[in-house]
Amino acid sequence: MSNAAQHHPVPDPHRPVLDPRYAQPFPKAVLPVLRNPQLRKNVAHAIDVIQAKRARLVTEKADWQQLRSAGAAIRSHLLENLAAYLEEFEARCTEAGGMVHWAADADEARRVILDILREENASEVIKIKTMTSAEIQLNPFLEAAGVHAYETDLAEIILQLGEDEPSHIVVPALHVNRSQVREIFARRMGLKDLSDDPHALTAAARTYLRQKFLTIPTAISGANFLVAETGSVVVVESEGNGRMCLTLPRTMITLAGIEKVLPRLQDLEVMLQVLARSATGERMNPYTSLWTGVTPGDGPQRFHVVLLDNGRSQMLARETERQTLRCIRCAACMNSCPVYRQTGGHAYGSVYPGPIGAILTPQLMRMHHAQTLPFASTLCGACYEVCPVKINIPEVLLELRSQVVNQERRQGARFFDPMYLGLRIANLIFSRAWLFHTAQFCGRIGLRFFTRGDGWIHSLPSIGGKWTQTRDLRGLPPQPFHAWWAERNRTGRQEAK
Amino acid sequence: MRASLFITCYNDTLFPETGRAVVRLLERLGVQLDFHPQQTCCGQMHANTGFRTEAFCQAKRFVRLYQDRETVVVPSSSCVAMMRDQYPGLFEELGNEELRRQFTALLPRVYELSEFLIDRLGVDDVGAYFPHRVTYHASCHGVRALHLGDRPWRLMNRVRGMEQVALPNLDRCCGFGGTFSVKNAEVSSAMLAVKLQDVVSTGAEFCTALDNSCLMHLGGAMHRQYAGMKTIHLAEILAGTEAFPAEALA
Repeated sequence: MSNAAQHHPVPDPHRPVLDPRYAQPFPKAVLPVLRNPQLRKNVAHAIDVIQAKRARLVTEKADWQQLRSAGAAIRSHLLENLAAYLEEFEARCTEAGGMVHWAADADEARRVILDILREENASEVIKIKTMTSAEIQLNPFLEAAGVHAYETDLAEIILQLGEDEPSHIVVPALHVNRSQVREIFARRMGLKDLSDDPHALTAAARTYLRQKFLTIPTAISGANFLVAETGSVVVVESEGNGRMCLTLPRTMITLAGIEKVLPRLQDLEVMLQVLARSATGERMNPYTSLWTGVTPGDGPQRFHVVLLDNGRSQMLARETERQTLRCIRCAACMNSCPVYRQTGGHAYGSVYPGPIGAILTPQLMRMHHAQTLPFASTLCGACYEVCPVKINIPEVLLELRSQVVNQERRQGARFFDPMYLGLRIANLIFSRAWLFHTAQFCGRIGLRFFTRGDGWIHSLPSIGGKWTQTRDLRGLPPQPFHAWWAERNRTGRQEAK
Repeated sequence: MRASLFITCYNDTLFPETGRAVVRLLERLGVQLDFHPQQTCCGQMHANTGFRTEAFCQAKRFVRLYQDRETVVVPSSSCVAMMRDQYPGLFEELGNEELRRQFTALLPRVYELSEFLIDRLGVDDVGAYFPHRVTYHASCHGVRALHLGDRPWRLMNRVRGMEQVALPNLDRCCGFGGTFSVKNAEVSSAMLAVKLQDVVSTGAEFCTALDNSCLMHLGGAMHRQYAGMKTIHLAEILAGTEAFPAEALA
């Protein structure tokens, strides 16, 4: 038996928590990351590279904006008619020999998958990279039920062996660099002399994987798309490990969110173009697999699809929030995000980090957890600009911020919070010009105590201290603009006389 | 040409020199300016922090005060972005028919400063003189919300004596984000550090922009770190002439 097979996970206080119910609020969760220069360097380097590749490939498409519009239109149409297209998918998939299961939440999805695995007498299962399975925390559940899941995506192997968690939805081990991969592989695969040459590392992974592919007859996949018209499942990947999982095993279980459906096969023309360019900066991804039900004598002979709701259907009700479900998980938003560039993914406390995570996670949690995430953005709009299906992320962030504030105000929470108090007072002040001008006067007097000889404020109490911990603030000038204008008009009139 | 100046709450309080520069610049170009003494804030801070009802109070107030003005000029890109991107939703949700009508009629008459100069006045040479080395920070709202495009450069290219230095990673956010800068102060500071590195690498004497909120953020860090650079709103650069230099405004 390999080292990996003997492994029993021990609770690790340093392991990132990607369960929004238990994760730290974002402003706290970022602190250890910000103190980790190696991780920040890895993240910034990786996303800068992908971003630059994406930008180059998008420029060469003269019709890029039309493609984005088409992508948005296809996904919007789908969401407006989701129930009908899901039923069509179920019918076509069933006709082709697949078994479709519906799961209302994570718990039901996990139980459905475990039941299938028990029927198969499986004690081990191989997996194609699927973020949805991470969303329902499938691996620890299966482990506890006596089924060991082996990840086959290279990045997922690194994380699984390194007892780490994904920090990105397309490049999950983006925060780990080559020498760290070498260390993990050397330790967990028992290869003391392994070098950090990329060829040596992939060769080690290949040897490790080949044995799993040849011996484990049950596989789990996610889906990039489901096609309603044909009942097909589409998986796009870069390594070919997914293709192995789709051909060698006897049984395949596909777990997919209900929003992954596309109406027609032809829609892939648009979606595959925008996905590859946005996700990895490639004209086309290396491996695109489509399969429909069961084909006798070719590929898995038992095929299950688990359609997961887990909070998605309630996001359909309102137009602003509904856009979130257009997402095709390309991660262009996180690659372009100046916040993510500093924090990486773990601070988001969810398998879905970055701007899309900031709007998706709180909604999946029905606004009961992860309420700091909608505030984890400067609203700079870089995410919206690159989104291939035109999700107006800043707009959704603002909508969720207002929901969080309304919720907290209804509960009377944070009534005396300095920021909430300040905002209520500011509203009163802004409602009358004389109050505003009086407040300016008082502010000028009050801040005089904090203003140094150079005319700048170096340190402030309370919320102000959050500003002055890294920034100075210029002291208030003696004459506000409106006073200057009034004085100028007075003296102007005198001169006219 | 008549125009009404909406100075914005933080320019009024913290950056009156920007307001004075706008007045000097526009009057030099023959614009008859007026200033509504009752103006306060556009509501951006409240809207961006989730206080929609309060934001709507400010939005309503702005529309009531300015509905009969011919043209409104605002020397702050994020406040104009607030009006274009967020007011429609606020009036749709919380306003009545009459308010919505007033707002819809007013909005096309609201201009950010560079839009007003290029699109409304049709000038790019404003007769400015600023003999310094300057780098321009394209604030997020100017680039992605207002789509200001080449307007700032068309204005800057005509400033006599000024040497421009291109800022690397031009459209990357400085990390201010209003209340983000205190709610997520640590991340905001980390973003600021990266931005400041780019700004300082230009070796410019001044960093300019069309939004004093970004400049307050950058300027605060420059002062803390003795960066040997200053920030200056583009209006102040454009207001300066050989006879009356921009520095005289401060």
